[in-house]
This record gives sequence, structure tokens and C-alpha cells, in this order.
Amino acid sequence: MKIPYYPGCTLNTVAKGFDTSARQSAVLLGFELMELDQWNCCGATFPLTPDNVMGLTAPTKVLVNARKEGDSVTTLCSVCYNVLKRTNKVVRDDKDKRSVVNSFIEEEYDGSLNVIHYLEVLRDKIGFEKIKTAVKRPLKGIRAGAYYGCMLLRPFEDMGIDNAEAPTIFENLLRALGCEPVEFPNKIECCGAHLAMGNEDIVTKLSGNVLSSAKNKGAEIIVTSCPLCQYNLEKSQKKLAEGSGNTQMPILYFTQLLGLALGQDEGSLGLEKNLFDVRQLLKERGI
Amino acid sequence: MLIKLGKENLQSEFVKLIERISGEELANCYQCGNCTGGCPVSYAMDFGPREVIRLLQLGQEDAVKSANSPWLCVGCLQCYCRCPKGVSAAKILEALRQITLRKGEDHEKIKEIPFPFLKNAPQQAIVCGFRKFVS
Repeated sequence: MKIPYYPGCTLNTVAKGFDTSARQSAVLLGFELMELDQWNCCGATFPLTPDNVMGLTAPTKVLVNARKEGDSVTTLCSVCYNVLKRTNKVVRDDKDKRSVVNSFIEEEYDGSLNVIHYLEVLRDKIGFEKIKTAVKRPLKGIRAGAYYGCMLLRPFEDMGIDNAEAPTIFENLLRALGCEPVEFPNKIECCGAHLAMGNEDIVTKLSGNVLSSAKNKGAEIIVTSCPLCQYNLEKSQKKLAEGSGNTQMPILYFTQLLGLALGQDEGSLGLEKNLFDVRQLLKERGI
Repeated sequence: MLIKLGKENLQSEFVKLIERISGEELANCYQCGNCTGGCPVSYAMDFGPREVIRLLQLGQEDAVKSANSPWLCVGCLQCYCRCPKGVSAAKILEALRQITLRKGEDHEKIKEIPFPFLKNAPQQAIVCGFRKFVS
């Protein structure tokens, strides 16, 4: 099975490990991510004001290129997923906006693409049961907090990947990998996102709340599907721990954990780019 | 806070502009406060989302314009998801940002953004930050 794949700007640069671990895990699970021949940044934010049609042009260009390669496209970054899926819905359902966007980018796109997240591929096309049987290195007893953040889930009527207030897709994947998923109150709260530009104190507070919420419930690691969440959580954790000597939790992309469990070569997972390396913990547990 | 109510602010052009840009009808909000309750940044805002909507319902343009609230909204959409009336405070706050940005006024000066941030932050943070803060 081959699935057209949109990496997005961040996975092509600072979050390279998210990309490589996902591609290799796919191969181990019997499918292939086919990177789109042509793609551009999705704009990293879905325009909140309905009169901003310009903000739909960049993601529509991505969708047009993806449609030429198949009837669905998958992506990993929560923000790309949010922007592409919501834009696709607008282009499909709003004739006037569709016509403006199409004439601007000189294409004819009708919104007929199916935008799916990599997690949905794992759940709906592969199945967590099958993943469980493919695990070569069960991450037994690792207490992992699944951090969803905002963009994967909200708004529910557009995203629909899971329940917006009590999602379980991440936890089910973690269970298949042998981990013990940890429920924590802040798993769907914001990390501070783009406030990292100019309002670092707020990011430190919001990400700090997520970290302490997970830690208080016993999490040893946190997994995420958003490079900005990963950056904010790592950076805030480092800042908050300065001088305190607190132990620090590895913050990983879910595909890095998936790769480890499937027995991928550790060197290709980008783990060394994470501020806190999970391999130390695995070694301590004899995994 | 002492506010003056009159035809000139209750039916002001500014309030109409907010409704047009955001696509939201301010009168739909009945002030239950679920938005502010769910908002992760309301603690740092001059006025939380509920108060911003109330001030706009009352046409208090100056109070809203000088507040830091629009610039602190992260667009996480908790307010909208928890609103029993389906009002999106996030869209209203975005409209307030857009009114400034569409005049060509930047909230963040690109030249003043620290280099380590531009070098190390995920591209999506920079792109999104520019979309939210720069005209």
C-alpha cells in the first residue's frame, strides 16, 4: 500500500527525526509514504476569519498536487493536518470560496481529497492489533503520557479524528507498543504554540502546566504529534529545571517510539536531536 | 469600570466591522463564561474572552482596542469547543488582530525577533507567528 505523503516545512528541517521514523515504521508495517512531487508550506495556521480567502491558497495548492497522486493524502504534523483538512472542507463545501481560490492559483480543485493523519492510517488501515504483533521490542512498563495539544482535535466537527474532549487514539497506540499510557488532565490543553515568538513566559507557564500535570500522574515520557508542542515542552522543561536538579522527561514524537518498538535502527530515529534522550530510560529498564 | 452607553457606541461602525470580519454575531453570547474558563491564556489577558465579547456588545471600542487580549490568544479553540451557543471568541479576537494588521501595523517587529529563536524554532512557529503578528 502506497499513500501520498505531505511532510510540511518543519519535518523537512528541525523535526527530521519525526519524518524518518515515520517513513521507516511504515515500511516495517507494510506500507509506503510517497512524498508528494511538489509541495509548499501549508501556511501553518488556518485562517480564523472567514473573509480571509488568501490564507486558503497555500494549503489548496498542496491539496491540488496531492490529488494528482491519489485520492488521499497523509501527514504527520498536527498543524499541517488541521490546516489541510479544514481547507479541504471549505473548498469542498463553499462554492464561492472555491471559485476565488481556484482562479487565484489557476487550478480546478473540488475538495475531493481525503486528508488523513498518520495515526488514522495506523488505526484504520493497519490496525493496532496488527501493530502489536509487529512489535519486536515491547516498551514494557514505560509510563507514557499522550499529549494531544489542540490542532489534532479541534474543532471537532472539522477534524473528527477522535473525541475532542476525551480522545484515546494515542493511548491505544501506546498500549500496542507495550507502554502503560498515563491519563493526565492537561493532555488536550495548549502548550503556548506561536506565543514562543515574543511571549516566552506564557509558553513556559502553559507548557509547564502540561509537564507537571503529566508528571504528577506518573508519566516518565511524553509523546506528541506536533513539532511546536515538542519544542515548547522541551524548552520549557529545560528552563524550569535550571538549578532545580529535577529529572527531565524525554519528549518524543510518537513515530520515534513506534520505531523503537518495531525494532528500527536507533541511529535513524533522530533521538539524538531530542533534548532528553529516551535511550537512557530504556537502558535502565533493560529494554 | 465606568462605561458610557449610547447609540453611538451600541451601533458603532467598529462593532459592525468586527462582526463582518469574524462572521460572528455578538448578540449570540449570553455571557456564561465557559470560554474564559477554558482559555489557557485568560490569566494574562487584560480582559478574558467573555469580557471582550461583553465590551463589544456594549460598543466599548477604546477599551477593547487597547487590551492585550487579541495578541495573547493562541487560537487553541477551547473557547469555541466549549461554547454552548457556538460562538467563536477565537474568531472575534482574530478579527481584532486583523483590524490592526490590515492597516499595515505590525505587532512584532521582524528585526527585533531574537536570532536564536529564528534559528532554532520550528518553521511552523515562525510562519504562524508572522501570520498572527505581522501585517
